[in-house]
Amino acid sequence: MRSFVARRALAAAAGVLLALGAAGAFAEQQATQQQPAAQQPAPQQVAATNEAEISIQSFQFVPAILTVKAGTAVTWINRDEEPHNVVSPDRVFRSKAIDGGEKFTTVFDKPGTYNYICAVHPHMRGKIVVE
Amino acid sequence: MDTQKPDHPGMNRRGLLKCMAWAGTGLVWTVSGGVPRGIALGEAFAASAADGFTFVQISDSHIGFNKEANPDTNATLQAAIDRIGKLPKPPAMVLHTGDVTHLSKPEEFDTAAQLLKGVKQDIHYVPGEHDVIGDDGKQFFERFAPKLKTGGWYSFDQGGVHFVGMVNVLTFETAKAGGFGAEQLEWLEKDLKGLTASTPVVVFTHVPMWPIYPQWGWATEDAPQALSYLKRFGSVTVLNGHIHQVVQKVEGNVTYQTAFSTAFPQPKAGEGPAPGPMKVPPDQLRSVLGIREIDIVPLKTAAVTDVTLA
Repeated sequence: MRSFVARRALAAAAGVLLALGAAGAFAEQQATQQQPAAQQPAPQQVAATNEAEISIQSFQFVPAILTVKAGTAVTWINRDEEPHNVVSPDRVFRSKAIDGGEKFTTVFDKPGTYNYICAVHPHMRGKIVVE
Repeated sequence: MDTQKPDHPGMNRRGLLKCMAWAGTGLVWTVSGGVPRGIALGEAFAASAADGFTFVQISDSHIGFNKEANPDTNATLQAAIDRIGKLPKPPAMVLHTGDVTHLSKPEEFDTAAQLLKGVKQDIHYVPGEHDVIGDDGKQFFERFAPKLKTGGWYSFDQGGVHFVGMVNVLTFETAKAGGFGAEQLEWLEKDLKGLTASTPVVVFTHVPMWPIYPQWGWATEDAPQALSYLKRFGSVTVLNGHIHQVVQKVEGNVTYQTAFSTAFPQPKAGEGPAPGPMKVPPDQLRSVLGIREIDIVPLKTAAVTDVTLA
């Protein structure tokens, strides 16, 4: 059991590295936001359960890149006062407005890389990697 | 906006006045000889030519927003409507440059439509990104522009001026800022083709057409192409909202004018970590909201007067 978990974690980490490599342009966009380095969100996070959470705060998705297993329910929680939403450009998923304090949850069944933005503030970008 | 609370050390009276000087809500524009000007709602109106053509711009009502920056956006929209009704020279029509609602909710559209019935003149709308959340503007267009074809852009002529309503909030999913898209730009080129260069042109849209602050989405990516079709005209005025403050820029024959909100101010470009509602002392809120009056007087420059709601 222990080794299984470890193997899975390794695989997930590799997936994240690939995702980061493919996201060079994304990283550049983040860099233009003039945020103090200390406020930058951790760029990645590996979720090992069937539920994962992304915080929307100060007009950023935290973490900006999230790696999950297929079948994971991902919940965005808006901690800003300003409303946001999440939408993938190819419409794989799209939320209504998520007002401050509200949540939106969707389940990722199929492996793949899902870029998304907030359509209200298109400089806000995030990515879900489903393994 | 957490960074600009009244108790913020940087937000002293002088700082507030500085913000106020920058901010604006509804604008009344006067087009004189093709050059508009703006009026703030709290100020004395500048004398306008008796024979000029006058219309009003309001913007960013954000009906449904009820947080600390303005707990009653219905009341401030109503104040703007009242102000329009009391203008010494009744405007010929009204433009609303978007963000009528805050969250694109049906009840918000209902409330906004009900309040805006208080405007006697025709209102021509373009959507803001807050009006098209989650449905590509379906509710917005059904409610405020039911006769428009898909896309939502249009033009009309009034008072000797060619008005172009453009939509730059439906490309957010692919662009990092506002955008018109190829189909709309193609339409614009054709729409302008038959006009003489002396025709005053007023373009109204939601997001600024010049890059005020692209990092916050305060820009329209493909605006340069639109401007390439507009530059041959002797007088072009671009009216927009989105950033909740009055900012003006002149570039050759093109004058850019962003308007006050009727709901809440936003910080100046780049001040603080992000755009969003900026809190000011409640008794000063209406000083940073407003409408715009535009007078167009033939053979003279258009005069723009921004008027605060105070």
